[in-house]
Amino acid sequence: MKIGALGPWELGLLVLLGAVVALNTWLSPYFLDIYNLIDSTLSFSEKALIALPMALLIIAREIDVSVASIVALCAVVMGVAAEAGASIPALVLISMATGTLAGGLNGIIVSALGVHSIVVTIGTLSLYRGIAVSIVGDEAYTRFPSGFSWFGQHYLGNYIPVEFAIYFVATIIFGIFLHTTIYGRQIYAIGTNPEAARYSGVPVTRYRVVLFALTGFMCGIAAILLTSRLGSVRLNIATGWELQVITMVVLGGVGIAGGTGTIVGVTLAVFLIGLLTFGLSLINVPGIVMNIYIGLMLISAIALPRAVQALRKRVSTSR
Amino acid sequence: MNTLRKKREAILAFIVVAIILLVAVRAPEYLAGNNIANILSNWGFLVILVMGQLCVLLTRGIDLSQASVLAFSGMFLALLSQAMPALPSALYIALAILMGTALGMINGILVALIGIPAIIATLGTMTIIRGLIYVLSSGVWISSHEMSGPFKSFPASALLGVPTVFLVAVVVTLVFWMLLDHRRTGRDIYAYGGNPDAARNAGVSRVRIEILVYALSGAAAGLCGYLWAGRYAIAYTQAAEGREFAIIAACVIGGVSITGGRGTVLGACLGALFIAIVETALPFLRINPFLQLAVIGAVILIAVAANARAERRPGRQILPRTMPSAGTSS
Amino acid sequence: MEDLAPLLEVSELTKHFGGVQALNGVSFRAYPGRVLALIGENGAGKSTIVKCLTGIYTPTSGTISIGGDVRFFSRPQDAADAGISAIQQEPSMFDELTVAENIFVGAQPRGRLGRVDWAAMRAGAASVLDEIGSDVAPDAIMKNLSVAERHMVSLAQALSTDSQLIIFDEPTAALSQAEIRHLYSIIESLQAAGKAIIYISHKFDEIFRICDDYSVLRDGELVGEGRIADVTGEDLIALMVGRTLNEIYPKAEAQIGEDVLRVTGFSHPTEFNNVSFHVRKGEILGFYGLVGAGRTEVMEAVFGLKDRSDGSVFLDGVPINITKPVDAMRSGLAYVPEDRQRHGAILPFSISSNISLPQLKKVARSIFLNQAAEDDLVDDFAEQVSIRATSWRQPVAELSGGNQQKVVIGKWLATNPSVIILDEPTKGIDVGSKSAVHETIGQLVKAGLAVILVTSELEEALGISDRLMVMAQGRIVTEFERSAFSSEAVVAAAAQGVA
Repeated sequence: MKIGALGPWELGLLVLLGAVVALNTWLSPYFLDIYNLIDSTLSFSEKALIALPMALLIIAREIDVSVASIVALCAVVMGVAAEAGASIPALVLISMATGTLAGGLNGIIVSALGVHSIVVTIGTLSLYRGIAVSIVGDEAYTRFPSGFSWFGQHYLGNYIPVEFAIYFVATIIFGIFLHTTIYGRQIYAIGTNPEAARYSGVPVTRYRVVLFALTGFMCGIAAILLTSRLGSVRLNIATGWELQVITMVVLGGVGIAGGTGTIVGVTLAVFLIGLLTFGLSLINVPGIVMNIYIGLMLISAIALPRAVQALRKRVSTSR
Repeated sequence: MNTLRKKREAILAFIVVAIILLVAVRAPEYLAGNNIANILSNWGFLVILVMGQLCVLLTRGIDLSQASVLAFSGMFLALLSQAMPALPSALYIALAILMGTALGMINGILVALIGIPAIIATLGTMTIIRGLIYVLSSGVWISSHEMSGPFKSFPASALLGVPTVFLVAVVVTLVFWMLLDHRRTGRDIYAYGGNPDAARNAGVSRVRIEILVYALSGAAAGLCGYLWAGRYAIAYTQAAEGREFAIIAACVIGGVSITGGRGTVLGACLGALFIAIVETALPFLRINPFLQLAVIGAVILIAVAANARAERRPGRQILPRTMPSAGTSS
Repeated sequence: MEDLAPLLEVSELTKHFGGVQALNGVSFRAYPGRVLALIGENGAGKSTIVKCLTGIYTPTSGTISIGGDVRFFSRPQDAADAGISAIQQEPSMFDELTVAENIFVGAQPRGRLGRVDWAAMRAGAASVLDEIGSDVAPDAIMKNLSVAERHMVSLAQALSTDSQLIIFDEPTAALSQAEIRHLYSIIESLQAAGKAIIYISHKFDEIFRICDDYSVLRDGELVGEGRIADVTGEDLIALMVGRTLNEIYPKAEAQIGEDVLRVTGFSHPTEFNNVSFHVRKGEILGFYGLVGAGRTEVMEAVFGLKDRSDGSVFLDGVPINITKPVDAMRSGLAYVPEDRQRHGAILPFSISSNISLPQLKKVARSIFLNQAAEDDLVDDFAEQVSIRATSWRQPVAELSGGNQQKVVIGKWLATNPSVIILDEPTKGIDVGSKSAVHETIGQLVKAGLAVILVTSELEEALGISDRLMVMAQGRIVTEFERSAFSSEAVVAAAAQGVA
């Protein structure tokens, strides 16, 4: 559970990452260009920001499939506020508040009903997207304050995108939070055995609500970056993100059954997907075809260790 | 059999009828012949998919790949009809079911033999299959004039005004009803989902059951794919994208439990009807059509809440039932 | 009985779990038309035998023969096919299905074209249920049934498959007197029909009433067998225990002081009613009752794990408000739950992470975990309860049952409680760990703690309690002072139910 410790999963990801870098370098001379590489982080920083709290949720045996809808809702609410002349700090606060509320509501419904979070968040996936879509309709919000583009389009010291800097800092904070604090320990406890955690005085319900709210909050931040980068909000904003985010987390070694996974693993998976996508885009592979590779990677990453384990078991019992 | 369950289905049926009447009062054209046909075919598509999903959910699994399988089957057959216009309709049906079964079995193998959690396995295949459609079609749309006559004629036809899609859905429902309620295999599916350990002790094979349900789910999606492409005379990469959530929503509204072992064919049909009604009614009520999604979301939450309330148990019955203090809920 | 061929012959049955030997060369026989009592303390290996006989476990070595033929059970279905069925203590059924379906699961009667014949299934269920005199409706949904009714369905299931050997695993633990009498008559008629029966029970009165033969197990080995008619209860106890009572239950002498915890009027809609008790400094308050009498439920409510409809808690005379476990912990309560694998320990976690879990703040600097502080805490308490492990970083899952239980007890001692509730602390652990746990309890009361000991083991309850509360059907039925302890009176009180 130490930050520095690399488990077999993380090492496997590291090897894959090396392979992707090598392959891409061989396929395209433009790959190992530092500017290009850094720029490529723009394609995944926003989703990766949501993958961080999603990892915590899944470690705690919950899941939130409504994240893309929360992003859309936050973006639309910001759009409305911007049309009404809200300032940049106000827009930021509005987005974070909307996200936190939407996420918190997920947590409250899951706790109050005592049903699996996937069902509840399939419901709120429709609800939040529906509210967002019915506000924005066929239109688009494009009139954001002039400085708003800073978040998504500005570079620090001329070559580090603000988006990436935010993602980087968030990763450090989440890593420290999960792996060195008492809260992190309790999250693992809840995910490994929620009943035993409750019997040991861990406030399981409170954690659930807070983690969902945190996920919503991070969606709010992602919405700020996305809106700022695109400069406009339409009804289809961030569609399909929920599955991409979950893919990042699961590929990162977070077990869907709860209690296992690290932020290091998730970070490696984020870069693996990001660099693979970037490399493939350099050789003009369309996005939807990249998804085939990502899907294959997801399934084989989960299947291979299990297959090896099953084989090993068979060998040892036949002796 | 179970009064509670029957009551829930009756309530759902009542709500559906109430909505239809309400909409009809405000917009009589809702019950016009061609719109009824539209509702029926909408319902039909959803019911076919929901039947497959029901089987998977009963075993504590989930199939997120149905919409992708649907689109893949539609595209593949549309391309086939373009290449070989002489093929008869019946062959498309057979191929659609076969192809869906094969794709579904991949899910089944990943879940049953390799032990990948269903949500992850089908999330993966959903993405992969969607990508393969693009590879298959090079991203182009196949539209009406490129499809052969026999390809379109069956799905687009109607019998006495009733769309074929709906009739097929009726047949599919009967098949699933026969399987789930009147076959040992079906009862095994319920037993396995309700208590996997006890079911295995009773001789139910987990691998057989799991591969079967995903194959059924894929078969339903494959069949639907042909009907969809034929009826709307269009096949494209993004067809039915996002539909997987509506399918699961229909099941949940119909009282199917995501934790397995609970749910009926009738309930699932009613859940699908509910969604079909809501989707078709909103435009007639001159309600912002974009609100449709929000309404469905709210309904899912209400249905989940109602189910959770109904299933909540007060605790073990330890006190003798005859004691006055024990006279709480039944 | 020598002239009769045995239906079941178990010979040299051995079962290992990793390094733990659960059964060691056990041999015994069961004859048609006779009831064999399988006797032994908790953890003696009875349930392992049942699991081997029903195909849930595969024996490490040894054979099982039915009617003279050696049979190998690689899965439960094989045992069922061989005509063996078991009525478990808590039958695992299909809650969402009907009673009829539960009875015929996997073997539903089929009609034309292989269709499940629902009418025949209902009729078949009705006739089997009628045969055992149960009025459970074939169409009832399983989850709505009481424990006794579930046993009846489980029995009906065994009969419907025409089993030749039927195993009853403590079937009367949760039954009322009337239901028990009914069960006896069923067993008698099964016996008359020539079935072989294995009857597992802790209650001697019923063993002497219905059993013909006995086999006694201790620590995974067979230590005695013969005809029930030739022995007394004392003989059987001596065989089971292998020593006299005082040896395993040394009563710790502690100074009993003031009231610490007082619970009054605890009630719940379905689980318990008007439960009141108090425990004093240095006192061991026993809670005895049959399985399912509601003791665990009361303790969970005291610890804030379960809502109650009525009742108050006083600590040192001051009313305290407990609605969640943290409230109870702040007031100095600790609860070692009955099911240590599900509720007690987080098995994949290390010993140290388990012990520190209830009070992470104590081993942290502000919010950051401090490894050194955690190690210190664990050193103190893991040592105190003498856990045997290679290191405190070892996952609890790798420990034996007894050491797992010590981890859970150590975890709660580390919170420095003034009252500790131990719920079946010695259930399913080996004899050595058992006496270690009893020793720990003795040290606790000497140090002035108040101990509440929930136990279903009569010898334990009588052996170490200072006072004993007896619960039945969700209520406290009697209280015994140590001077008035008598096994007959306590057992009679616990079995007291509404007929």
